[in-house]
Amino acid sequence: MIITSRFFNRSELMGFIALAAVLFVILPLTLDVFRLNLVAKYLTYAFVALGLVLCWGYGGILSLGQGVFFGLGGYCMAMFLKLEASSVENTKIQSTPGIPDFMDWNQITSLPLFWQPFHSLAFTILAIILVPGLFALIIGTAMFKRRVGGTYFAIITQAVAAILTILIVGQQGYTGGINGMTDLRTLKGWDIRPDHAKIVLYFVEVVLLFACIGIAQFIRLTKLGRILVAMREQEDRVRFSGYSVANFKIFAFCMAAVFAAIGGATFALNVGFMSPSFVGIVPSIEMVIYTAVGGRMSIFGAIWGAILVNFAKTSLSESFPQLWLFGLGALFIAVVLAFPNGLSGLWADYVQPRIDRLFASRKAKPGWNDNSVADGAPAE
Amino acid sequence: MSDEANKGLLSPLRRKLLMGMAAVPAMTMLPRASFAQAPATSAVNTTGLAVTDTEVTVGILHSATGTMAISETGSIEAEKLAIEQINAAGGVLGRKIKFIQEDGASDWPTFAEKAKKLLVNDKVAAIMGCWTSASRKAVLPVVEQYNGMLYYPTFYEGLEQSKNVIYTGQEATQQILAGLNWIAKEKGAKSFFFIGSDYIWPRTSNKIARKHVENVLKGKVVGEEYYPLGNTQFNSVINKIKLTKPDVIFTDVVGGSNVAFYKQLKAAGIDLSKQALLTISVTEDEIDGIGGENIAGAYACMKYFQSLDNPNNKAFVPAFKKMWGEKTVIGDVTQAAYLGPWLWKLTVEKAGSFDVDKIAAASPGVEFKGAPEGYVRIHENHHLWSKTRVGRAKLDGQFELIYETADLVEPDPFPKGYQ
Repeated sequence: MIITSRFFNRSELMGFIALAAVLFVILPLTLDVFRLNLVAKYLTYAFVALGLVLCWGYGGILSLGQGVFFGLGGYCMAMFLKLEASSVENTKIQSTPGIPDFMDWNQITSLPLFWQPFHSLAFTILAIILVPGLFALIIGTAMFKRRVGGTYFAIITQAVAAILTILIVGQQGYTGGINGMTDLRTLKGWDIRPDHAKIVLYFVEVVLLFACIGIAQFIRLTKLGRILVAMREQEDRVRFSGYSVANFKIFAFCMAAVFAAIGGATFALNVGFMSPSFVGIVPSIEMVIYTAVGGRMSIFGAIWGAILVNFAKTSLSESFPQLWLFGLGALFIAVVLAFPNGLSGLWADYVQPRIDRLFASRKAKPGWNDNSVADGAPAE
Repeated sequence: MSDEANKGLLSPLRRKLLMGMAAVPAMTMLPRASFAQAPATSAVNTTGLAVTDTEVTVGILHSATGTMAISETGSIEAEKLAIEQINAAGGVLGRKIKFIQEDGASDWPTFAEKAKKLLVNDKVAAIMGCWTSASRKAVLPVVEQYNGMLYYPTFYEGLEQSKNVIYTGQEATQQILAGLNWIAKEKGAKSFFFIGSDYIWPRTSNKIARKHVENVLKGKVVGEEYYPLGNTQFNSVINKIKLTKPDVIFTDVVGGSNVAFYKQLKAAGIDLSKQALLTISVTEDEIDGIGGENIAGAYACMKYFQSLDNPNNKAFVPAFKKMWGEKTVIGDVTQAAYLGPWLWKLTVEKAGSFDVDKIAAASPGVEFKGAPEGYVRIHENHHLWSKTRVGRAKLDGQFELIYETADLVEPDPFPKGYQ
């Protein structure tokens, strides 16, 4: 129980401080608002990556459908914002003023029933957490109670992602279809579009991210986290020890879903936009790639992965509009071939030992990292 | 650079005064000396756009990658050709056009992000871009917020009008109504079957077409079906067509689905030389994929065909092929994209300024006599006056012009009685 006595071990504490310094101080001071807003967009994927670390890295449950939860959270937020942007005076050009523009184009003449509660911000915030959480609970219960796991589970999550995309695109009168919900303007009367609002939203998002990191770290360090790791390594042994494996898996999956949903909601706020292109199979796989590049065993690694991959995506596509996809593909292949544990594995193998040695030689007392047989690393 | 920095320090009132003063010499100078010497940058650019004494920067924002790349590449090529020609002819207000190309990657939020980058970071004077309605809807709030100027090339569903957008393609009524009138008269058509892809443009277009068929032509719509984007199974609807035997099949199926649709239509034994089919979504670009033998005989309703016989087009087509290869084909949207840089140049010269507000105000009435489709003019509602044409697909993938309206058709993005 030495492990649980400290919330962060030393290297994690350094990771925490480094991330906090970069996100709270360095980036806001060095970037202009446009670039900062892009970082805010990247960070929305960091929420998803964080959830994937819990569910995939620790629990061993590979979900290829995180876009579903990202989308559900994002759409909940977007529905609230869209309703506020569709006030009667904003939409007087329509044949039915007061409803979102895409409903009017689709000959819907009154606000559908399931849209009504999204007039309330409190309901919306609850829905952002509960809708994806419940949905994950249903999928998780249906799958894990029947001991469906591994590849089959991954395929089913992917099917769910495909189904939800088709549903959203098909029901365009209710969802905005392939266009998505655009032109989101205000949050309770506060304009989310100008520069100062973008800065405020950025900080709100970073605070939320750190809250989620805290929760994830807490889960990891409690007995629950240990059981997740045990389950990943030897599922049967955990089951024979009397634990309900299914329940723990469901929990990890639901947590990942809720984190992804929070990411989706902050996405809608920061980008002012939500569309089915974040829900489907491709974005869901991309989210897994961010986590893999960063390192699925490491909370901070996965977050860096989300930031760096998206940054690479933006800068490559700005410099090489026609060839950038090849560059990005090459990057992924290189990372997976050369560093299967991602960037954090690279760090742990090459950079961390040097730092350790530096400290060790100074203190000449290397006892501190006795328990660094990382909680996360698979016990190979 | 220092010029820009100073401006930020001035009070709004003083800035306004300066703007007014700056405009005076520009206006008096233009008629006399516009060829001899370019007007001073401070006079033609009061809002800090990327304009120097020798250069002006515009943005090109289309999908160079992803599923839409196949359609949007033509637009990129046309815009680059127009920019090159304008530069060869002396540029805009004495400045060469430089372009920054960004990739929207067939992903609507990426379009929004890149539009913002072009406007905020690069301070481009105008954006030539977008293709699908979804990408335009994503970019629209951005160009309105940062007061940019977007030249949008695609024929689209209408129901939109913005100070910050010039729509160089046709809106729905311009594209559809004259074509329906023609086929009703020519073929005595009374019954119509609508097939479309399931998103905003086909749905709105069909809504307008249905009202026109029912209220004006006194005909009947015997079926209306939608399929998801990318759908490749049309057998059930083809069976329905065989059952209902409509006089006209009216289609707005888009993209790759077209290939499957026309092949299956042919396989089902529907002969397009006997069964009239009117499409508003197939241009020369699409026929490249469909294959001329699968669609020969079908009618398409557009404003431009590569085969148009007029002096402008006879210069345009070889110039395009010289730049982009002998095998390239030029569809309706490609031509509309070519208009963007030219209309912008003409508007800037009319306004005597690169300022977006002045361009938006000067746009109505701007005429382009060198358009490959023939003469066009910008309407008060920022759409183009243009002719509607019906062409018949030939085996070689080209269209034969069958009918064109006598006059330019007025753009009407919010048609009364059709909503």
